[in-house]
Amino acid sequence: MIAYIIRRLIATIPVMLLVAVIVFLLVHLAPGDPASVIAGDNATSDQIAAIRATLGLDRPLWEQFAIWIWRVLQGDLGQSLFWNRGVAELILQRAEPTISLAITTLIFAVTIAIGLGVLAAWKAGSGIDRSVMGLAVAGFSLPVFVVGYLLVYLFAIELRWLPVQGYRPIAEGFWPWLERLILPSIALGLAYLALIARITRTTMLEILAEDYIRTAQAKGVATRPMLFKHALKNAAVPIVTVVGIGVALLISGVVITETVFNIPGVGRLVVDAITRRDYPIIQGVMLVFSAIYVLVNLAVDLSYTLFDPRVRY
Amino acid sequence: MATAATVVTPLISTRGGFVRFARRNPTIVIGGAMLLVMVFVAVFAPWISGDPFTVSPVDRLKPPSFADFFAAGKIDRFGTDNLGRDIYARTVHGTRISLVVGITVSILATLIGLAIGLAAGYFRVVDAIVMRVMDALMAIPSILLAIALVALTGGGIAIVIVAITVPDIPRVVRLVRSVVLTVRERPYIDAAISVGSPSQKIILRHILPSTVGPLIVQATYLCASAILVEAGLSFLGAGVPPEIPTWGNMIAQSRLFLARAPWTIFAPGACLALVVLSINLLGDGLRDRLDPRLARRM
Repeated sequence: MIAYIIRRLIATIPVMLLVAVIVFLLVHLAPGDPASVIAGDNATSDQIAAIRATLGLDRPLWEQFAIWIWRVLQGDLGQSLFWNRGVAELILQRAEPTISLAITTLIFAVTIAIGLGVLAAWKAGSGIDRSVMGLAVAGFSLPVFVVGYLLVYLFAIELRWLPVQGYRPIAEGFWPWLERLILPSIALGLAYLALIARITRTTMLEILAEDYIRTAQAKGVATRPMLFKHALKNAAVPIVTVVGIGVALLISGVVITETVFNIPGVGRLVVDAITRRDYPIIQGVMLVFSAIYVLVNLAVDLSYTLFDPRVRY
Repeated sequence: MATAATVVTPLISTRGGFVRFARRNPTIVIGGAMLLVMVFVAVFAPWISGDPFTVSPVDRLKPPSFADFFAAGKIDRFGTDNLGRDIYARTVHGTRISLVVGITVSILATLIGLAIGLAAGYFRVVDAIVMRVMDALMAIPSILLAIALVALTGGGIAIVIVAITVPDIPRVVRLVRSVVLTVRERPYIDAAISVGSPSQKIILRHILPSTVGPLIVQATYLCASAILVEAGLSFLGAGVPPEIPTWGNMIAQSRLFLARAPWTIFAPGACLALVVLSINLLGDGLRDRLDPRLARRM
């Protein structure tokens, strides 16, 4: 197993290297010169040339890439143009709100989605099934920011049940932390919830038609253990796969959700970098988020052994 | 009498056909009809609404009013924004950007993905390299890729379209490749090879047709997601320039007024949700009809 994990980790290296190449080329081949961006609008051509030289932009492309990737491997993601600080340091500082939001969203979306998916499959064809599937289509169609503002308007402005926006570190107490994450998690989790509910329903429908489920029912296993122990456990592999793929949805959503709810996380760091054209930040966050996506999906692959003893590595 | 019968009979039979079609495929008909209305609104925007740019400080943040709804020159059908601009006119004009971006992206991504996918599925040498690049592209969060492109180049509709298309290409490539891989094992492909058909002819005549059904379904979903991403990018300030009325821009410019003037956000927001919903419904219906294999899995 450990040998397998190491082998799989090594197998992610080419993908990550290609990600790095794409991220690097994107910045260096895009029309628009980073040096003139840094120099500002009123710079003379001499100033721009000086900046080019200090950044190493006058060297051949492959040499720039080699220097850059060597630094990245040492954890140096470059310097932010606006903050004049290391990008890695800035990302670490903003990590807590983003990780908190990701965890609460995962818990909210996955538990509700699996519950709804199991229910819809069990009552297939009924009104419950149709409303769950209707909810799923709506979940795909409602934009994160529209849901976000709708929730803020209803629950924070009209009903005054929850705070409008912002973030409190968990160190300042559990409830103040959680109450500011409830609305963002719902807004962010809706599309994710729809995705997981749909795959749960489909997989459960297939499993509930299997012979051993009929056997379980015939020998008198109660409905709940039948659904959750006998059926759901066997449906786990496709569901977990989609949970992993859906992380891409979460990452994109985080950027928008943090803007709607004014959460000072990594997503906001990127959004603030857009108008400042702070490309090292955008580059660094792209690399970090891509690595997270690749690692999450690796973890998903490895988790198959937990759910299905037939899978052996 | 005879002429009346010949006119009436086909009319009834087409209507009967349509009713039956609608009953069997309710989502195609409902989604398609909603989408047609939106296309109509987009095409005739200047004729069915006022000017979206006129600033009128006296009329700032007026709530929606339905009195004299069809009166000419009325600017508060959906209310006005913080500069006193007509939200109805801006929302109607916003339909244009959303649909243009959605349709262009889905056509571009489908065509490029189709070409790459056919090559990757048919030629083993291309496959290994291309699929690794596609894996890497899929690992990069699409919204960040788009943000990077827009931030570096300064934006504009063309850049936004490119920025949304690029991350969508790997999805199409994977789909096309999987279809090609199953089709190329069929006996009729061996037969075509054995009679000496050139690769080009085999791909275009014998493999391409099998990809059309799944691709149409995929293209509708890409269109829906492109509209969402464009609105998201505009909302974040990394999309279409702020002076152009798009739904994302309208929501971004009105967010400070959520408590005082919620209509400034919910009018464009509702339209955005409706358009995406109609395209998703259409996609679900087309999937059930054109791609039964996928329909069973979903």
